[in-house]
Amino acid sequence: MSKPEFVYVTYIETTIEKLWQALTDGEFTERYWFGYRVASDWKVGSHYGFARQGKPSVEGKVLQCDPPRRLAYTWDPCSEDARRERTSRVTFDLEPRDRIVKLTVTHDNLDEGGKTLRDISGGWPMVMASLKSFLETGRELPADLPSCAA
Amino acid sequence: MEIDRFKPTLVYAIYIAATPEQVWQALTSAEFSRKYFFGNAVEVDLRTGGAFLVRAPDGSLHTSGEVIECEPTKKLTVTFNVNWPALIEKLGQTLVTYEIEPAGDVVRLTLTEAHDRPISDDILSGGRQGWPAILSSLKSLLETGHALDIRMAPPQRMLDALQALGITTP
Repeated sequence: MSKPEFVYVTYIETTIEKLWQALTDGEFTERYWFGYRVASDWKVGSHYGFARQGKPSVEGKVLQCDPPRRLAYTWDPCSEDARRERTSRVTFDLEPRDRIVKLTVTHDNLDEGGKTLRDISGGWPMVMASLKSFLETGRELPADLPSCAA
Repeated sequence: MEIDRFKPTLVYAIYIAATPEQVWQALTSAEFSRKYFFGNAVEVDLRTGGAFLVRAPDGSLHTSGEVIECEPTKKLTVTFNVNWPALIEKLGQTLVTYEIEPAGDVVRLTLTEAHDRPISDDILSGGRQGWPAILSSLKSLLETGHALDIRMAPPQRMLDALQALGITTP
């Protein structure tokens, strides 16, 4: 892993299959990822993208797809400020433990002190908390959290 | 105690659909903490200088410390020293701060672990492994009414590093 990196771990009472679906299915991400819908065929090398109300926010390439254990993609924010930074990488690792899944998000290959590092450090805890609430209670967190991810 | 000398080594933020009062109660009550803190019970005298204790399920003292800052429903800073002989002598005290902030209709809880000297990644790995599990379980408890039953292996990397420093662990 290259520095700086951002690692966030959470534990969710769900099945590994449901968690995988929540990460890869746009119907689901639109619910808990504050309106951002993901689309891809999830083949290695394929394009994927997040969009809210049709407006692209983040896109990139699928680097690794091993359902339901590991998903990795490049992270290219569509804003002009972030365009000047190098392309970073997001990896999701899913580990089942009885009725719980440990989910680790690793975001690396980031620019030191860059806008992307700042944004994702605030963003991942919101997205992960909303995902956990969505899977455990059926209710995502409200989309009006101060400053949203993606 | 000069808390300015302590530098953060771990910051973990989690959003919880609950009120600041509920989160505060969960952090400071023995009954709640037993459910999400691997069976350990927090006993805290909520005033500056008051005792902060964590008891293991068998009643023995797991962690002891002192309240450094206490602003009910907003902020609690404590020294958090696991009761292993020679731990403080070798590594200094550990400072833990919980901050509770309203975020729209929910709450952001931020945990910060800080030390007054450089601590190796091997030793810090214990907290990095433990805190996300404890706080994930706290969130589940407040949102669903039940905590998570997380089976976790002992933090071997940290235990080995402590032994190497001559700190006796169970």
